[in-house]
Parts: sequence; structure tokens; C-alpha cells
Amino acid sequence: MDMEGLLRKLTEEDGVSGYEKKVAGIAAGAFSPYVDDTRTDNLGNLIFLKKGQGNSPPRLLICAHMDEIGLIVTKVEENGFLRFTSLGGFDARTLPGQAVNIYGRDKVPGIIGFKLPPLYTEQEKGQGVKMEDLFLDTALTPEVVRETIAVGSVAAIERKYLTLQHNSRAGKAFDDRAGIVALWQCARELHKIRHEADLYLVATVQEEVGTRGAVVSTFGISPDLGIAVDVCHGDFPGALEQETSPLTKGPVVTSGPNIHPFIAEKLLHVAAEYHLPYQRDVSPGPTGTDARAIQITMEGVPTGLLSIPLRYMHTSVELVDLEDIKVAGLLLARFVAAVDRAFVEGLVCL
Amino acid sequence: MLIKELSAIPGVSGDETRIRNFIREKLAARGLKNYTDALGNLYVSKEGRGKGEDPGLMLCAHMDEVGLMVSSIEKSGHLRFYKVGGVYEPALISKPVKIGPDDVYGVIGAKAIHLQKAEERKKALGPENLYIDIGAKNKDDAEKAVKIGDYVSFYSEASCYKNLVRGKALDNRAGCAALLEILQRDFPCSFTAVFTVQEEVGIRGARVAAYRVNPRMALVLETTIAADTPGIKEYEQSTVLGDGPAFTVKDDSVIAHPRLLERLIQVAEKQQRPYQFRRYGGSFTDAGAVTTSRGGVAAGVISTPCRYIHSPLSMLNQKDWHHLVEIVDGFIRSIDEKGLEV
Repeated sequence: MDMEGLLRKLTEEDGVSGYEKKVAGIAAGAFSPYVDDTRTDNLGNLIFLKKGQGNSPPRLLICAHMDEIGLIVTKVEENGFLRFTSLGGFDARTLPGQAVNIYGRDKVPGIIGFKLPPLYTEQEKGQGVKMEDLFLDTALTPEVVRETIAVGSVAAIERKYLTLQHNSRAGKAFDDRAGIVALWQCARELHKIRHEADLYLVATVQEEVGTRGAVVSTFGISPDLGIAVDVCHGDFPGALEQETSPLTKGPVVTSGPNIHPFIAEKLLHVAAEYHLPYQRDVSPGPTGTDARAIQITMEGVPTGLLSIPLRYMHTSVELVDLEDIKVAGLLLARFVAAVDRAFVEGLVCL
Repeated sequence: MLIKELSAIPGVSGDETRIRNFIREKLAARGLKNYTDALGNLYVSKEGRGKGEDPGLMLCAHMDEVGLMVSSIEKSGHLRFYKVGGVYEPALISKPVKIGPDDVYGVIGAKAIHLQKAEERKKALGPENLYIDIGAKNKDDAEKAVKIGDYVSFYSEASCYKNLVRGKALDNRAGCAALLEILQRDFPCSFTAVFTVQEEVGIRGARVAAYRVNPRMALVLETTIAADTPGIKEYEQSTVLGDGPAFTVKDDSVIAHPRLLERLIQVAEKQQRPYQFRRYGGSFTDAGAVTTSRGGVAAGVISTPCRYIHSPLSMLNQKDWHHLVEIVDGFIRSIDEKGLEV
């Protein structure tokens, strides 16, 4: 499978927070030729080990989350319509008319239904759609709905992978399966490069509901250094420059209290050395990524964050540039190869 | 499945070439001769097997769908758009689209929730705040792929589950599918079938089609809103999914000819098929253009109920559609047997 094939497969599959198993299955198959060991922990984190050649190899963790934001049924109405709440942060205005798959006893297709236009009062017109006015509609009879779906059934947005101009691609769950693909690219690259460190590549679960997969997988691995690979806001018309990073200009290295300064520095240094395009951004507090959990695991883990610019985050038409993902993978591989025992020891002497 | 196939094809009002060509291929495969006019309506003169008088019956179904049109290309390469027909605006956000004759893919994105202030989230986003992103580098780059005036159709994969069909443009591809199904059957009397254009922008195709065909009576095969969804009082539910095809008594464009309506009811009763009346008296259909053609034409409408029409994704029940086809079939035969005093 090539990089694009993997991105397509991963992003057309459903895997809302807490229900990542099918996505994990795809990832496990794709990574297996390039890693020495694969295991799953109690929460469902998928952990790959790529052994290093060092005598006393440092332990590196690089993770990306495989869960996506989704929906969960809160009530089955008498007439068969389903009320729901969100798993992760949706803008309700992005939901009306979306195709969904509802996971009950069967995978049931549905539509996110909305209040019909003639029913809006004058005052309501001009107002954004509210979550409480939406519902899941299977169009099945109430009896069939009750046999198949229950409170607690989860639902995912259904979206085909879209090929746009040049290297632009769009779809759902690119946040953060684009990151998983960068990890895969890194593993593939490291097949050709000597590296001292033992590298743990982790596809984490439940990031969108509070980075819980990263909390336990970092504990389980107990790394000397951890890097989260996630997405950051890409540029779009009307965006503030300081809040966004343009697409096609390479992955973004973050600095700030959540980030160990030496790791950010090393990433920048390696990028420059290998002539890989990169960008920088800053985060003045804990980042909204797995990095926030990695850093405060046990006695503390030196943490870095590398992000892929992505437009329209948390919609079902997230848009990325393929080359940015690829470069992120190459940069990670070169970074891993550049890390030795001395470097990780230096991280704790501030 | 025919409805599914028809659903997938782009055919925004004014840009019906591909849907028309698809229907023509289906007609050709069934050996049915057809012709078009200057607006793009597609006609079939269906010969009867009997020797009786031609009753002057026209059946029609519009083949166009609501969509968008590229109105300008910004320096950044993003496309601004106009609506074509009555698109339900809140459903535009976070959807993929196909642009122009080459099906260039684009997406209608929205500012990430993380970057919004609470106040922003309370406001509706309409075409004036939205744009299509095709992933172009800038205006020049975008212009290599698309141009101002390109039609834009929704891109929603059609699918079936049990007896339900989910897809775009079921209004009125369900009607087109029904008309195609009728056309492959044999009837004792002759009639003219028309797949009309531009219904969604003011029933314009049907106007010229009715003039050309000059019928005595017409039955319009449509798809109408199933308003049996939460938040709607029972008496406001225009039609209910699964309760059978809907007969129109009146809408904003037509009052169904009483005897034609009565005949539809008789046929449905005789066939012991479920039917319902469309309870919302608003909006318009091709019947409005047909009924006021020349000296006046007796017209009626039969519709498949469908949820979320005029949005990128709608849903119907195939049982309703099947009953519609059989009632139309019975109607044509009854016209041959008994005629219809208009």
C-alpha cells in the first residue's frame, strides 16, 4: 500500500473515540512490515516497537491519535428518531444533512435530520443550527429501530475520501489519521536508516475526549522522550495569521511550556540539515493534543509536538496537503536517527 | 437499482446534459425513440398497442436538481457561489461538491470550532459566508480547473438499506425512475412522456413542453417533502414516509383537476394500495405550468414522499415508489378504458 492508499483507507473507516478497533486493524496491517512488534493495551492503544541498534537504546515514543469525533445516541424516541450528543467537539452547524453510520446490532445508515425550513420562526432564521434541534434519522420503523439501536449506540459521519487539486485531499478524520500516516511514513523511512533508539510508535485512542489514550500508553511505555503528531489549523480566507499555518509549507514545530525546548530545537535543526520544509508556531499553555498528557506522565516526559496543517478542523471535509504529511514522516525519521543516549540524558539537565 | 443510478448523476437546473444523456441511453436500450427541444426537455411518444382514440395524455417528471453555480473566483483560489433553486442553506456546510463538466471535486468548509468565539457559533452561515475550496494555490491555478458559471452539484454517494434509498437529488430522480419504468411497459393507449428541465428554477421546462405536446390532460410524477420529522405537529406533516404515494389537491401553482384526482383515488382503491394527500398547500410543481398551457390542461400530481429534499442528502422508501408506479400504470389503463371527462 502507498501513503495515499493508507490515508484513504484510514479516513473512510469509522472509529469514534472509544470505538477505534476497525481503524486499529487497518493500521496494524499497514505498519507490520516495518516494525518488530505490535501490541494493544487495555484501552485499545495500538503500540508498535521498532528496535534500535544502540547498546543502551533510549526509549522514544511518537504517537498520533486514531479516534475521530463522533455521536452517541441518548434517546430512542417513540417514533424511531434518535436523539444524540457528541463525542468530541462538533460545531452543530456542520451537522445537518450529514450521512452517518449508526453502530447498533447492525451498521445502519442514516441522515442527521433537522427542523424543516418552513418551521423556522422569523427569529430563528439567521440563527445557527443548535444540537438539540438535530436528530438521527434511519427512516426505519420504530420497531426495527428498537431492535437494532439503543441508547449508547455510537454513530460516525460517513465520508468518501476526496481528491482535490494537486496534492490537496479532503475527507473526515484526517484529524488525526493524517498523523497516523506520518508515523507510518516514519517507520518506512527508518527501515533504511540506522537508529540507536528503540522507537515506540503509538496509534492512540480517545484523544478527542481528553487525551486518555496518551495518558495510559505513555505510562505503559515509560519513554525518555515523547512526540505527539497531530494536525494544526491551516490557512483559510479570513483566518488570523497567528492562528493558522499555510498548507504546502511543511509540518509545524511547536514551542511553548508544553514543549521541551531542546526537542523543538532538535526538530528544527534536523529539518534544516535535511532541507525539509517546516514552519513554527507557539502554544502558550498545554496544547490541545496528546502532547499535553505525555509531558506530565509519571515524573515527567520531555515532549515535542509536530503538526500537519489542516483546514476546516472537526468538519467532515478536513483538507490537507499530501506532501506535508510525507515531509512530517521524513522529519520524524531523521529526528529519531539523530537521537542518542547523550541527547535524552541532556533533556533532564535544564 | 435505477433510482440509485439516477441519483448519482449531476443535473443542476440548466445543466441537465448528463442526466438527459443517461436517460436517453436507458430509453435507447429499450428501443424507445426520443427527441429534445431548445431548452433540453426530453420527449418520448409512446405508441399504444390498442386501436382506441389517443386520449391526449402527457406524463412528466423533472430531471433537474437543486445545486449551486460558481459566481466568482477569489485571489486565494476559493470559489464563491450562488444557489440554483431552493437549496436548504444550513445543509451546505461541511459537504463535498462536484464542479463543472469535468467533476472537479471541492469542499464547502467552515471555520474550525476551536477558532470561533461563542457568538459566532450562534449565527447561521449562508452562501454569503461560505465558499468552495478545490485545493487550488490561487486564482490562476483555480481557473485551470474551473470557471465562473460552472454548475456545482452535491456529491453524496447513494446507498440502499432494507427498503430505504439514501442519496442526493431523489427529488426528482425517483419520478424519472418511475417514468422510465412506466415506459418499458405496454399500454393500450398512446401517451407522451417528458423528462423536463428547469423545474427547480420556476417550472420553465414544463411550460414549453406542455405547449409542444398540447395535451388534454397531464399527470406529473414528483417527489415531495416527507415532513414527519421531530418538531412538526401531526397536522403540519405534509406527507409521511411509508404511507404510500401522495396526491396533490392544490399547491401554489396548481389545483389538481377534480376528476383526475378522483380517478387516481379510484385506481388506488381498486388496487388496494396505500395513498395519502399532500397536506402542505405551498410550493410549486410542473403541473402549474402544464395546467395553464394554451387553453388549459387538466393536471394532477402524484409524488413519492422523501425526507430532506433540497439538501445534499435525502431518503425515501422504495415501497412508496413501487406503489406510485403501479397507480400510474393503473391510471393510464383506466384512461384508455373509461376516458376522462375534462
